[in-house]
Amino acid sequence: MKRLFIALAGLTLSASAFANSGHPLPFAFTPDTANLPSVQRGARDYMAYCSGCHSMKHLRYSRIAQDLGIPEDLVKKNLMFTTDKIGDHIISSMPVVQAQQWFGQAPPDLTVETRARGADWVYSYLNSFYVDESRPVGVNNLVLPGASMPHVLWELQGWQVKSEAKAEASHGEAHGTGLELAQPGKLSPEEYKKFTADLTNFMVYAAEPGRAQRVALGPKVILYLLVLTWLFYALKKEFWKDIH
Amino acid sequence: MAIVPNPHKTTGVLGWIDDRFPLTKLWKDHLTEYYAPKNFNFWYYFGSLALLVLVNQLLTGIFLTMHYKPDAAQAWDSVEYIMRDVPWGNVIRYLHSTGASAFFIVVFLHMYRGLLYGSYRKPRELIWVFGMLIFFVLMAEAFCGYVLPWGQMSYWGAQVIISLFGAIPKIGPDIVVWVQGDYIPSDATLNRLFSFHVIMLPFILVGLVVAHLIALHEVGSNNPDGVEIKKHKDPVTKIPLDGIGFHPYYTVKDLVGIGVFLMIFLGVVLFAPDGGGYFIEKPNFIPANPLVTPEHITPAWYFGTFYAILRAIPDKLMGVIGMFGAVLILFALPWLDRSPVKSIRYKGPIFKIALALFTVAFVVLCYLGLQPPSPMGTLLSRIGTFIYFAFFILMPWYSAIDKTKPEPERVTG
Amino acid sequence: MSNEGVDAGRRRFLTLTTVAVGGVGTAAAAWPFLASLRPSERAKALGAPITVDISKVEIGQRLTVAWRGKPVWIIRRTPEMLASLPKVDANLRDPNSNESEQPAYAKNEVRALKPEWLVMVGSCTHLGCSPTFRPDHPAPDVDSNWQGGFYCPCHGSKFDLSGRVYSGVPAPTNLVVPPYKYINDTTLTIGEDHQGAA
Repeated sequence: MKRLFIALAGLTLSASAFANSGHPLPFAFTPDTANLPSVQRGARDYMAYCSGCHSMKHLRYSRIAQDLGIPEDLVKKNLMFTTDKIGDHIISSMPVVQAQQWFGQAPPDLTVETRARGADWVYSYLNSFYVDESRPVGVNNLVLPGASMPHVLWELQGWQVKSEAKAEASHGEAHGTGLELAQPGKLSPEEYKKFTADLTNFMVYAAEPGRAQRVALGPKVILYLLVLTWLFYALKKEFWKDIH
Repeated sequence: MAIVPNPHKTTGVLGWIDDRFPLTKLWKDHLTEYYAPKNFNFWYYFGSLALLVLVNQLLTGIFLTMHYKPDAAQAWDSVEYIMRDVPWGNVIRYLHSTGASAFFIVVFLHMYRGLLYGSYRKPRELIWVFGMLIFFVLMAEAFCGYVLPWGQMSYWGAQVIISLFGAIPKIGPDIVVWVQGDYIPSDATLNRLFSFHVIMLPFILVGLVVAHLIALHEVGSNNPDGVEIKKHKDPVTKIPLDGIGFHPYYTVKDLVGIGVFLMIFLGVVLFAPDGGGYFIEKPNFIPANPLVTPEHITPAWYFGTFYAILRAIPDKLMGVIGMFGAVLILFALPWLDRSPVKSIRYKGPIFKIALALFTVAFVVLCYLGLQPPSPMGTLLSRIGTFIYFAFFILMPWYSAIDKTKPEPERVTG
Repeated sequence: MSNEGVDAGRRRFLTLTTVAVGGVGTAAAAWPFLASLRPSERAKALGAPITVDISKVEIGQRLTVAWRGKPVWIIRRTPEMLASLPKVDANLRDPNSNESEQPAYAKNEVRALKPEWLVMVGSCTHLGCSPTFRPDHPAPDVDSNWQGGFYCPCHGSKFDLSGRVYSGVPAPTNLVVPPYKYINDTTLTIGEDHQGAA
C-alpha cells in the first residue's frame, strides 16, 4: 500500500509541474505597505503619472489622507486634480469614448489591480516596457505582450530594447528581463526600481485600505483565544475527572 | 382552570414556563440527559464546529445583506463598498467568504468521520441521509453565494454550472434559459441566485440541521468502536454504562475544539483571508465581463473533486451524470456497506485499502479539478474517477467478504 | 462515573472565569457588527459640509438647502421679525437656549451669527417632521400671541422666528442650529465652522 501512495504522490507532483506552464515573471516583488513614506511617494507618483488615465473609482481621497497620515489640505493641494471634494473617489479626467479611439480600449480602473494580477505582476509590468516599432504606440511589454499602453514613464526610465546577448544569458532563469537600457532616463536604473516599488506599494495599499487594521487585529485576537482556549482546556480537564 | 404541574417540579419563572412549554424537558433531552458515548475522539469535534460555522455564516450574511446590492450594475461596486466604506465591512466579508471554505473543510471531515466509524449504518441511515441533504444544499448555497460579487469567476462559474443543465437531452437548452431568466447569466440570474442564497436555501439548511439533530438524538451517537452503548444500561437508572451527559462533559470538550478552531479560522480571516487565491480567487477582482473568459477558470476548491469527475468523462451528458452521481451515490452508502462491524477499527484489510484508495482519489481529484486541463491530468482524473465509483459500487461485495475482527461488547476508552 | 475527589470550589471558579472571559470576547466580537451599522464613508462623504450662495435671497425670504439629507433653512429676517422676538419670551419654554442644541455663537436671542440671517435645521425636535414656515401674524389658529414662526403639522409644536419652542407643545427643545460660517458676506458653509467640521 505504501508503494501505491508513493506512486500516486509522484503522479500528483508531475501533474503540478504540468500545471505551472504560465510565463514566469521577470521580477519578484514583496510589497511593503507598512513603509509609509514609500506608500506616500507612491500615492504622489500615481496621482502625477497614472491618474490622468487610470481611475481608482473605489478609493476616496479622504481615505488616503487618513490612512497615509497626510493632512487633508495637503492632499487637496498636491493630489487632487479632478475634484475639490475630499470625500470623492479618484476618477480620471479621460473621456472613455476618446480613450477607446486613442488606445483601442479604455484604460482599466486600477483600484484592485494588484489583487487581480498580483503585486509582482504590476512591478514586473512597470519594469518591462521595451521599444517595439511594430506596435502602434512604439513599445511593447514582456508581461503583457501587445499592451496598448504607451510607456508613460519613459522620461524617468529611458528606453529599453530587447537584447540578444542578455536573453541568452538569462535563458532558463526565472528572473531577469533580457532587456537592456539603450537610452538612459532621468532616473538611474536603481532609482527607477525604487520609483516603481513605491508605485506598486501604493497600489497594494489601494487594493485593500483596511488591510493594516485587519492585520493589526490579528495578534490581539489570537492572544485572547490562547487564554480562552487554555481556560476551556482547564475546564474540560476539571469536569472530565468524573469519567473513568 | 388549573394546569397539570410539570413533571420536573420546577418553580418560579422556570416553573411557569415549564407548565406551558417544555423548556426543562428540551434542556434535559438534548443536553444534560442526552447520553453520548464517553470515547469520542478528535473526529467528533466537527459536528459542533459545523454548527458554529453555520451560525457565523448566518450572522455575517445578515449584516452583508444590509449593504450588498443584488444588481448586475451595482453588485461588484457594492462589494468594494463593503470592503472600504462600511465600518468593519472587510472583516465581516472575510468572515463570510473564509467561513464558506471553513464550512466545507469542517463538513468534509465530519463526513469522513462517518465513513471511518460507520456512523451511517443501521439505525443511523436517516441521520446520514439528512446529512447528505445538508451537504447537497450547502453546495447549492455556496454556488449561489459565489456568484454574488459578480466578478469574472462569479460570472463564468455561473455560466459553466448553469450550462450543466444544458446536458439534459432535448429540453436542456430551454432549461438553461429558464434558469438564467435570460440568454446569458445576467441581472435576472444574479437576482434569483441572491434570493436563493439569502432566503430559500438558508431556510432549508436550518430545517435539515434540526432534522439531522432530532434523528441523532433519537437513536443516539455512534462512537469510534461502532458499538451500541444502549445495549448495556445501569439496571437502576437506565443510563447507558458507557454514556455521559452531553452537558457538561461534551459541551466543555467541544469548547476546547471551538477555541482551537477559532484560532486557526480567525488567523486565516485576519492574516490571509483570500487563502492564497483559493478562498477568494484572483480573477474575481475583475468585474464580470460576458465577452472575455479568464485564461484559467476553476471552481471553488471544495467543488474540485466533482469538477474533476465532470472533466474526466469525455461526454457532456455522461460527465454531468458522473458529477451528480458522485454526490448522489453517497446517499446510498448505508445500504452499500454489508460489513458485520461498523468501525474501521474492526474492519478487515480490504476495506482499509479501499478507504485509503478512495481518500487519495478524492484528494487528488480535488487538486486536479483546480488545475488547467492537461493530458496527464485527464488520465489521472479518469483513474481517480474509477476508484471513486468503484469504492461505492463494489462495496456490497468487498465489505461482505472482508475478514473482520470481533467487536468488543463495551467501548474501549 | 463518580464524584469522589471533586473540588467543587475549583470547578465553580473555573466555570465563572471562563464565562467571564468568554463573555468579554463575545461582547468584543459583537462590536464590529454593531459598528458596521454606523454611517459608512459614503454617507459621510455625502454628508460633507456644503457651500451656499445667499446673495439671491431677498429680505423676508427663505432658502431651503439639504445638508446630510435634512432640510436646512436660511431665512433673511426683516427688522420687524427681529423686533417681534422679545414679545413672545413669556410663551417660550427655553428662551435663552440653555437646553437646546446650537453652536456657542448661536446661543443668543437671534440664534445666529448675524441677526439678519437665521440658519437652522428644519426638523422638529419632537419626532423629526419639518415644520411649516408661518411668518403671517396674527394667526389665532396657531396661537393667540403668534408673532410669526414655525408650526409643526405633525404634532402641533410651535416655534418663534428664532426657532425657539413654545411651552405646552410636545417638542422639548428649540430647533437645532447647525455649525456654519461665513466665507464672505454672500457665501455660507454649512456643517463646518471655525472649530472644524461637524
